[in-house]
Amino acid sequence: MSDRSLLSPTGVDLAFTLLGLVAVGSALMVVTTRQIVHAALWLVVSLGAVAGCFLVMTAEFVAWMQVLIYLGAVVVLLLFGMMLTRAPIGVSDELSGTNRIAALFAALAIMTVLGVLIVDAFDSTMIDVEGQKSTASVIGESLFRYWVLPFEALSVLLLSALVGAIAISTSDEEA
Amino acid sequence: MHLSLPLLLSVALLGIGVYGVLIRRNAILILMSVELMLNGVNISLVAFDVYWADALHAGQSLAIFVITIAAAEIGLGLAILLLLYRVRHTIAIDEATELREEAT
Repeated sequence: MSDRSLLSPTGVDLAFTLLGLVAVGSALMVVTTRQIVHAALWLVVSLGAVAGCFLVMTAEFVAWMQVLIYLGAVVVLLLFGMMLTRAPIGVSDELSGTNRIAALFAALAIMTVLGVLIVDAFDSTMIDVEGQKSTASVIGESLFRYWVLPFEALSVLLLSALVGAIAISTSDEEA
Repeated sequence: MHLSLPLLLSVALLGIGVYGVLIRRNAILILMSVELMLNGVNISLVAFDVYWADALHAGQSLAIFVITIAAAEIGLGLAILLLLYRVRHTIAIDEATELREEAT
């Protein structure tokens, strides 16, 4: 699409690559750390870096939704879940299973297949982030003009999920 | 910006999430790994939205829907885990074996 080569990275390229490296590194820490609270805190770093990637790709509304919902609500919920299930604080070897080779093989197989496919298919495809018009008002307009029915269905889904969560957690019958 | 850059990041997060789901015993850590996988998918949705410069902004709308569904999933998942903890006093998934046939 463009004649810019891989060897002359722009500022956008550099910012995205750095944020991506932070996201991948902290995601690796999430799945390998032996302290459960550290995993939640590394998850905050990873999701925050992904929000930064959204900002670089001009998707500002998605980025702030990510910060509000993931960093604000989901991580706090996970920490509450750890507290209520008396998760081991401190170093624990009980968090991971033992079949490391098989898990590594499956993950590397997925990454290799998809990575080779993507590099082969989109080798020289460029995206233009300068000429984008995807501010929050534009996204909100398309969300409530073209996507309003899925949006409303989603609100019912969210309500029923919360009612279901309350119904599950207040059942008296102890097995 | 190269389109393959966000797509490769998305693949990396998906693979790390798969590794976490397969290796972890603690169910809360498995939920976290699922979040990583969903984030990887979101990055590719947003990248393709920016690439096509879609008039409907389907990619970003779907990314917002995915974020919302992930929140619902975490809420329900944690409720189920708390119930499991009340019944079994552990949330290690390899000890919840009621559905497995008894070894003879």
